[in-house]
This record gives sequence, structure tokens and C-alpha cells, in this order.
Amino acid sequence: MSNAVSALQGRTAPGEVTIREAGLRGMIILRGDLADKKLRKVCADVTSVKFPDQGQANSEGDKGLCWMSPDELLVLVPYTEAADAIAKIDAKLAGTHYLAENVSDARAVILVEGAFCRDVIAKLAPADLHPDSFKPGDFRRTRLGQVAAAFWMRDEDTFEVICFRSVAEYTFDLLAMSAKSGEVGHFA
Amino acid sequence: MSTRLAGQGRLINKDKAVSFTFNGKHLRGFEGDTLASALLANDQMLMGRSFKYHRPRGVVASGAEEPNGLVNLGTGAAFEPNARVTTTELFDGLTAQSQNHWPSLEFDVGAINTHLSRFLPAGFYYKMFMYPRSFWKHVYEPIIRQSAGLGKAPKDRDQDTYEHFHCSVDVMVVGGGIAGLAAAKAAGERGARVLLVEQTADWGGRAVVDTPEIDGVSAEGWINSTVQALEKMPNVDLRLRCMGAGVYDHGYTLAYERLTDHAPDLGGPRHRLWRVRAKQIVTATGAIERPLSFAANDLPGVMLASAVRDYVVNFGVSIGDRTVVVTNNDDAYRTAIILKSAGLDVPLIVDARAQAEGDLIDQARGLGIRIEMGKGIAKVKGGKRVTGVALCAQAGEGAVLEEIACDCVAMSGGWSPVVHLWSHCGGKLNWDADQVMFRPDPERAPSGADGEGFVITAGIANGHLFTAEAISDGWAAGRAAAKAAGHTKRGAQAPMGEDAFEGPISPVWLMPQGANHALRSKAWLDFQNDVKVSDVQLAAQEGFESVEHTKRYTTLGMATDQGKLSNINGLAILSQSLNADIPNVGTTTFRPPYTPISMSSIAGAAKGDLFQPVRKTPVSDWSNANGADNEPVGQWRRPFAYVRDGESVHDAVNREVKNTRENLGLLDASTLGKLIVKGPDAGKFLDMMYTNMMSTLPIGKCRYGLMCSENGFLSDDGVVVRMSEDTWLCHTTTGGAESIHAHMEDWLQCEWWDWKVYVANVTEQYAQIAVVGPNARKLLRKLGGMDVSAEALPFMQWREGKIGDFDARVFRISFSGELSYEIAVPAGQGAAFWSALMEAGQEFGIMPYGTETLHILRAEKGFIMIGDETDGTVIPQDLNLQWALSKKKEDYLGKRAHLRSHMADPERWKLVGLETVDGSVLPDGAYAIADGDNANGQRNTQGRVTSTYYSANLERGIAMGLVLKGPERMGEVIEFNKVDGTTVPTKIVDPVFYDKEGEKQNV
Amino acid sequence: MLILHCPCCGVDADETDLHAGGQAHLKREGPGSSDDDFEDYLFMRENPKGVHFERWRHVYGCGKWFHAARCTSTLEVFGTYPAQTLEPPQEIKDKISAKRPGWSWGTFQ
Repeated sequence: MSNAVSALQGRTAPGEVTIREAGLRGMIILRGDLADKKLRKVCADVTSVKFPDQGQANSEGDKGLCWMSPDELLVLVPYTEAADAIAKIDAKLAGTHYLAENVSDARAVILVEGAFCRDVIAKLAPADLHPDSFKPGDFRRTRLGQVAAAFWMRDEDTFEVICFRSVAEYTFDLLAMSAKSGEVGHFA
Repeated sequence: MSTRLAGQGRLINKDKAVSFTFNGKHLRGFEGDTLASALLANDQMLMGRSFKYHRPRGVVASGAEEPNGLVNLGTGAAFEPNARVTTTELFDGLTAQSQNHWPSLEFDVGAINTHLSRFLPAGFYYKMFMYPRSFWKHVYEPIIRQSAGLGKAPKDRDQDTYEHFHCSVDVMVVGGGIAGLAAAKAAGERGARVLLVEQTADWGGRAVVDTPEIDGVSAEGWINSTVQALEKMPNVDLRLRCMGAGVYDHGYTLAYERLTDHAPDLGGPRHRLWRVRAKQIVTATGAIERPLSFAANDLPGVMLASAVRDYVVNFGVSIGDRTVVVTNNDDAYRTAIILKSAGLDVPLIVDARAQAEGDLIDQARGLGIRIEMGKGIAKVKGGKRVTGVALCAQAGEGAVLEEIACDCVAMSGGWSPVVHLWSHCGGKLNWDADQVMFRPDPERAPSGADGEGFVITAGIANGHLFTAEAISDGWAAGRAAAKAAGHTKRGAQAPMGEDAFEGPISPVWLMPQGANHALRSKAWLDFQNDVKVSDVQLAAQEGFESVEHTKRYTTLGMATDQGKLSNINGLAILSQSLNADIPNVGTTTFRPPYTPISMSSIAGAAKGDLFQPVRKTPVSDWSNANGADNEPVGQWRRPFAYVRDGESVHDAVNREVKNTRENLGLLDASTLGKLIVKGPDAGKFLDMMYTNMMSTLPIGKCRYGLMCSENGFLSDDGVVVRMSEDTWLCHTTTGGAESIHAHMEDWLQCEWWDWKVYVANVTEQYAQIAVVGPNARKLLRKLGGMDVSAEALPFMQWREGKIGDFDARVFRISFSGELSYEIAVPAGQGAAFWSALMEAGQEFGIMPYGTETLHILRAEKGFIMIGDETDGTVIPQDLNLQWALSKKKEDYLGKRAHLRSHMADPERWKLVGLETVDGSVLPDGAYAIADGDNANGQRNTQGRVTSTYYSANLERGIAMGLVLKGPERMGEVIEFNKVDGTTVPTKIVDPVFYDKEGEKQNV
Repeated sequence: MLILHCPCCGVDADETDLHAGGQAHLKREGPGSSDDDFEDYLFMRENPKGVHFERWRHVYGCGKWFHAARCTSTLEVFGTYPAQTLEPPQEIKDKISAKRPGWSWGTFQ
């Protein structure tokens, strides 16, 4: 564990909107019956956040739950707690049909922080990011430029973006470029 | 001469002079000028040469429809060809060069073509260049290439940046004239999310020049107050210099915003491509004035009547001192009135109508302007500039009644609504015979996902030429669009416009009506591509009756303006020639974009390093810093070899191949796909996915598996690992990581959705490193951690534990035939793990190796590679892999297909090893020749090379290939062809070239 | 640009977020099937001008396959529905009947 580094090791592109790789984050794919009480309970145990509805993400610091699909969640925990969290899930869900895999190292988390963060994302993703349509708590899986990504708004001025580790550099550079080229003003 | 007027020019700021150059000449204009108005203010009427005849060309329009005024703009990394002078806003330091002439704009050798025009009629290219056939390649094509194209291609990399912007709106309004503004306001007031785009730099469209009254105030006053009101509405976004470029299915719309073309010093992106999803689109795109077809109507100084007054009112530029107005409608009288009021001379208005009455006519008459009814222009006099016109009877054949000196001709053949955006996605048109125009048919609007129309056209674009109806139509369109998008709040009343009374237009397609051939062959339709009335008539005569065929035969409307001025006139001439009605001839297809948009705006951010994603493994940075010569594998860049100083790539490969067999090699195999398959039905599912049995694989063991598509062809292979009672790990090829994951999800979701199986793609969770060679075990022992002895970890088994202090899964598998461990560590530890291996391995002769060495090592062992030995037509039986086809299983993907007659054919080509008799390396993809020819006269073949390499271990070329009945022909020598036409004698051998007993991997 | 509503995650997804998967409601033929049935399953496809049923995967989104009923000539979308079914839901068939009376497709009508 001592040797672990995140994809971009905290790289930052400061500006009016700052792009910052979040460093090591714990992430677990959890597939199963999202209506199952045991599953919901263990999710609450390991993250302490409310269970998300379809298309939502609830997060608090490094912990959170993101609704990925009708039978999949992304469980967010501190990096060092991922193995323990999986052990808890395994213990709780033993005997049921589920899958829990640590994907902390398979992905990168990039933060987009600043006033026109919506514009930065809207230049890259074919999604409706109007404040009436996409609010803090909403979670969207789509594309950023040419790669798959998911994002949600932690607050009005912050997006958290998740992409695959292999394209972390591309995604970071794309976001940095988008931020550097300034505000569009459509949502203002 | 054209010059600047005192006291005119609503768009220019005379306090702010701007300097620019044209063909190296230093000129001055004002802030607010377009390049066209600034050139005209400097009496630079001649701006370019036409495409075919190199005729002198001056500006003819004042907007996006301009066909003539095209220039090379800027230099070096800011260079852009074919910029329209009418839509290029002037800025300090602008440089422009005219196009399509040599040696100079004023004296152009190519202008000889105009004298040869008799020999260059419509379809000239098709007629001339057919024969003799051999001339095409050596004579015609080089000449045509030499003269092709107007502007020059840029030579330098574009210095600017570009971006996209995605948004979803309720109502997108295209066009910021009075109809568009009214539409945006009506929709905005009703609560809709509105995007209003206007292609020019200011609001108001034609109304600011033609100055009607709206709601009791001047048009300009109404426009200003409406724009202010819209700017205050938080749900409305207004964008100037932003053109609605195209309307596509389901309301997807492109808009092209030019952010810094008018002010390059602003910084930031140059263009922004808006990718809008609109519930409703209002096209308030206005109309374009039509030229009239009379002889020499292409001379510089002959312009659209509306453009002539635009230059006076907007830019304070007079085109000439004496302007003859020629028209078939009342609107052009506005030009005469404005010119006269500006103190310029209008010697004559030539009105082709037998008679007409209207307020504007009265007003012109009141100003003392001479009006000749029922007359036409027989021809325009002049060379590089208009010097006069010859008057004739419109009803006659062109007998000259009188010659009148002038230096400008302002023509108007009526107005054509801009129906492009309406039509892009299937909106249909009606011919309005009274107004002589095609206009949108609201009953046949483009339909969207719900089957209902999603485009509403408004204002002049909808055929409402008069202010009162145009503005109320715009307002109604905005209200209807908002309602269709679900917004029904109450808003203000419709604005009221006032109009002068105008008499009806009369169609005039040729002037004079009975013009003889000499006149018709000088009456231009398409100014840029030099298509004349006579050309379209010739096309019709030669049988090109479809308007689409005529377009291509004559090149009418194929210039950069895409026929904005010429199409309606051209198809009217065609319909007359065919004795058909105009609506029966129809229009050519309107395709996006409305005017050309920059290629870079389409690319957006995707240029330079961001052109496409490059995927990196945790080891990529190390590899790139240590001599990696990369090859693309999908979006990955994998080291082909690690090249040392002084080595060629080939040297490096040979060194890596030998070292891995003799000492120790290290391969970054992280790109291999890794899929977790878990659940009570996972074994059953994998038995369907793989041709061999996976459900029986014991925990802790590995098994090589094959996958076929449902039609039996090999699609992927890899080692499957049993992790626990209900969990398997499936390795796929690098290319298969995403596709095999998708393949599994497809079958689970769509066929066996009641099976309890979950799949997760964990490819990128792990860095996977192959430690390969006789010293592999020594290295792992040195690092410490788990027991990697032959007893504790036998071949084709795996264990989880520690290697050194790294969390590792160690798979005892081999794709090289050597003692080999593939070790997966979490990707975050990958770089450190690789470095630890490299450091500890020094004493064992460790060297990293690349994909070429991987390929050679596996080929020496006769292991197949998906994509080399397979190409989507190869089945496992072809590769002698029958052993991997389970006979116990009732079913698996591909099993039924293998029974099809062609699959079971004993004549299929099968895998063998190939050794050239002379030891050389066979060309990749070479075919083995057979006796005789096939039905097409081609040489028969009996096999082909699938993999071929130089083996440094065997010191000779080795290859694998598929050969007819190959396994039965061991030792036979057959011939493979080479590109130079010779052949190579090659012996059919066993595909295992090295360590046939497999002793080295199992130690 | 088609825009389809993903019935699995509720997103209105652009075509660029989707992966087209060809004709929907194919019946798999395995070992034991006749040559003709197997050929039909592998190769024979509807190619209508009008009502069509297709498979789409929300590949950049939730990753789920769904089916879409749409008109190939107007691109009107009659509805989308989850892939775990052997035939289109009655509600969608009714919708098509209202808009395209007398339609038929394969064995459905």
C-alpha cells in the first residue's frame, strides 16, 4: 500500500476554474439488487450517506454513493478503507447474489472548482447542464470529449469527475483546456 | 468610383480609423466596417476573379450570400482562404489577398478563358476529358489539379483554439431581425429557455436599413428596446456573430459563433460550435435578393439593389456616382430613394413590369427620378467596371433603345426566403406564384421524435415580405414554439408594424425576354462558377432534366456560396427550357452548413495533444523515459521495443528476444483485459461464452480459453482463472477488454437475463507485469514474499499474496514458452513494482521487452495471436484447436455454426509453420500460389502468411500461415509471392519451432 | 442525431452516447436447429421503411441494453423499453397502431 500513487498524483491547473486531481480515492463497484435491505444497510454502514435515487449521487467528503445503473452503485470511501469496506460488504451480503470489486486504482477523480464550472463541463459533455436541469446531487454518466466519464456536483461551484485511470491525463488536459478558454455565459 | 460619403454610416465609427492591407496595398477604413465596405470606400471594386473564366469580379452583395468577394485572409498560422469580404469585420492590421489570378488581380493570364468560353460550355469537363483515355492521367488531371480551387490551402498549423458547447433549450431562434427578436421575446415571456442567434454583428436585419415603423416608433428604436428587454430576461441567451448552421434530426442544431474573427487580440477560442438540443426551432432567417439575368450582369459595379443601399446606410459608402436601378418589384425603389436622398445621381429606374403603382414608386417619381416601365437592360457596358447600360424593351429581343452612362447598376429580381434551415431536416416548400418565391409549407414541417413538427419558420423567411406581417408572424412563431415546448405563461401583445403600399412583383428570369444567344451566353447565373443562362439551357437540351443533374453538369450552385444567389434563377431558366412549371422542377437539396464553417470548429478541442485520447498504463511513463519505441494498439501506446543508444529498433528486438530466452525479460501486460464474472450461474455462463469447459476449472487454477462469435468465428482468447466458488477472472486480449465485456453484458441482459451473473471490467485496476525467462523465479525469490517454487505454484495455477511488499496476484502462465509469472498489482503500485523488479533483476540480466519480442517468442512456440492468425473468418478448427472445443457441452456460442457446411469443409486452409528454404523472412500477408487462374484471370492461391518474423534465437525467418490441407503436407515446398513478382520457396513445417516438448516453461 | 430515452436510467441520451445493436426480438437458434432456422437467426433481418424495433445500448451511460420502436423514414420514436422481453409491450404496440394503423413487423402487429 505504501507504494500506491493516484493516476496524476494530485496534478493541479489553477485558474478561474481550477482543475485538480483528487489524489487517491477509494472506489468500489457494487452490483446487486439495489432494493435489497441488506445491501442498503451495508452501504449506509460504510459511507454514512443517504442511499441515492436513480440518477443521483450523495457524497460527503471522501465518502459517497453514486447510482450507476439499475443494478450498480459506485461506493466511495477513503482509499485506505476500500479493502475493509469490501470485507464488510462481503460479510453482510454473503449468501446473496452481488458483486463487489475494488476499482480505486482503475479510476481517477478530478475536481473542477470555480464559478463557471458548468461551462467547463458543458463544452465537453453532451448533457443538459442548465441549473434547472442538473443540480448538486445529480449524477451523470456520459462522455467528456472522446472518453467515458461520470460526474456530479458536490456544490454549485464544484464538479467531481470520474474517468478511467488510463485516460486521466487526457481528461485532465481536456478539462484544463476547457477551463482556460473561459466562460461561455449561457447559464449565467 | 466608389467612395465614402459624409454624414452616413450607422455602423461605422468615423473617429476610429483602422488600417489594413489588400494585396500589399496599405488602406484605411473605420471601426465597424466590413472588409467589403472598407475596400469599396477605397474604390477597390475589383476584388477577385471568377473560377472558370477568370472574369473580373467585384462584390455583388452585402451579406453571407456573397459569391465574388473572397480573399485569402491573414498569414502564416492565422491564414484562411475563401473568406467572404462581406462577412469579414475589419480590424487593425488585417491583411487580405485576392484569389484565383496570375500574375496579378488587375492583369490575369487566365482571363484568356473568357475568350475561349465558346469552347468551354456546360459539361465541358465531361465532354473534353473523356478521350483519349490515356490523356486523363498524364495530361488532363495534372492540368485540372493545377487550376483547381480558389483560395490557397493553409501551410502552417492553425495557431488558434476552438471549442464546442453543448446546451439544451426550449426554443432556438435563428435570425436576429425583427421577426426573430419578436419570436424570442414572445417565447421568453412565456417562460421558455431561449437561445437567439444572429450571424451578423448587430441586431435588426433589414429593418435598420429599410426603416419601417414598429409600434409607432422607428425600427431602430423598437429593435433597441426589444434587445434591452431580452437581455434582462434570465431565460434568454442572445448571441451575435453566431450563425445557425444546420438543423438535424430530433432538434439537434449547430450554431457557429465567431468569437475573435473581428478582434484577434481578444484572446480565447476563435470559434465556438454550439451543439444545441432544441425542442423547437424558429427560423427567422430572412430572405436573399435575387439578381436579374441580363448580358454582362457580372461586371464589377453591378450589384444587388439591397446591397447598394446597405453600403450607403450602414457604412456610408457609395458604390458609384451614377446608379441605374433595374427591377421587377417595388422594393428596389428604396435604393433609388436612398441614393437620391444621399445626394447621388440616379439617372434611371428600369422597371421590367409593364406597369406598376405604389407608394415607393410615387416617392421616387416625386424625387424627380426617371422611371422607364416595361424596359430592360440589353447589356451592361464596361470592362473591369461598369461604364453604362444599354436600354431595351423587356418584351423584345434586345434592340438597343438608348445608352446611359453610369458606374453602378443596382438590380433586383425579387426576394427568395432563406429556407435552408427549414429544409435541412426535411421541411417542404411551396411555390408562391404571386410573390414569385419558394416558401416553407407549414403543413409539411420537419418532424421530430414525437412525430410532430419541430421547426417553425417566421417573418420574411416564411414569405412575409412586409413589416407588419413579418413581425406579427415572428411573434406568433415564438409563442407557438414556447407552447409546443410546454410554456404557456401570458406575455405581451404582438408588436404592430407599418408598411408602405407596394404593387405586385412580376417574374423576370431573362432580360430582355427574347434575348438572343449572344446575350444569353453573357447573362450570368452563378458568378463564382461562371454558369450562364445559355449553359443551363444547353444542359436541358442535352437531356439533363433533373435539377440535381443540371446542377452537377453545369456546376450551377456548386460554388462556395452554394447557389444562394443563383439557384432560383437557374431552376427558373431550366423550367422554361423544359416547358415545365417551376414547382415541378423543384429545388436542389439544401444541406448544412448554411455558410461554410471552419474545420477547426468541428474538431473543437480535439487537436494537438488532445486530438485523441492516448491511454497510458502505470508503466508507460517509465517506458517512455527508457527508450520505448511505441506502437499504437487501439488507443494505447505499447512499447514495440526498448531501444538503447546506438541501436536500431531491429537490433533492440533481437537483443530482447535472446535475453528473454537466456536470462530474464519484463513485459508490461497491463493492457490485457480483466473481467470478473461472479454469481451462482457464472460457470454455466462461461461455458456458453467459451468453447471449452470453464465451470469445472478448479479454484486456484488457470485455463486457456477460446471464444467464438455466434457464427463460429474466433473472436478472442485468454487465460481464465477460477478465483473462488462463484467467481472467475477472464483475461482477454488488449483489444477485447471493452468488446468482450460488452459481449458478455449483451448475452446476460438480452438473452439469459434470468441467469444470476454479474460482470465487472477491472482491466485498469491492475498493472500486470510478465516476469519471463530462466531467471524469473530467482528474481521473485530475491524480492521475497509468497512461495513461487514449482511445487507451491505449479504451471497454470495462481496464488494471491505478497511479492516483496506489494499486494500481488501471481499467475503461473506463459505466452513465451519460458518459465513465466504474470503478476497483477493494484495499478497505483504498478510503477513502483516495475521499478522494484528492474532494480532487483539487474544481477539476473533483466531487460524490459516490447510487443515485437512478445510476438516473436509466441511465434517460436506456435502460439496463435488473435488478429494475426484470425481475421474474423477463421474458426478454431483452422488453427488445429479442436482440443479446445468441448464435446461434453450441449451448447456454446459458435457450436451450431461449426456444423454449417462451409465450416466443416475439409478443404479449409489450416495452420502450419513455414520456413523459407533460404532462411529469409517471408513478407507479411504473402499468398502461396497454386496452379492455374481463377474465373477472374487471377492466379490461384493455396494459402497465406499470418505471422512472420526474424527469430534471433533460431537465426532465420519463421512464419505461420494457413495452407490448403497444410497439416497433411508437412515437408512439402510451396511458393509464396513477393511484391516484386518473384516467389520464395517455402517448406511446410510444424508451427512449434522452439522447445517442442515445452520443457522450458514447466520447470 | 437521434435522441433516445433510456428506460433503464431515465436519461435522454444522444446517439453519440449510444451503441446501435441491430434488430430486436431475434430468437436464438442453437445446436439442434435446422439449417434454415439457423440461417434466419444469423442473417435474415427486417429492413422496413417505417416501423422498426431495434436494440440500443446506453454504452456511455448506464451500460444497459434497451429496445426502441421507431419509424425508419421519419425517425419518430414510438417508445423505448427494457430488453428483457420477447415482444414489445402492448402499450407501445397501441401507440404505433394509433400512429401507423395497419402496421406489422415480423410476427407483431
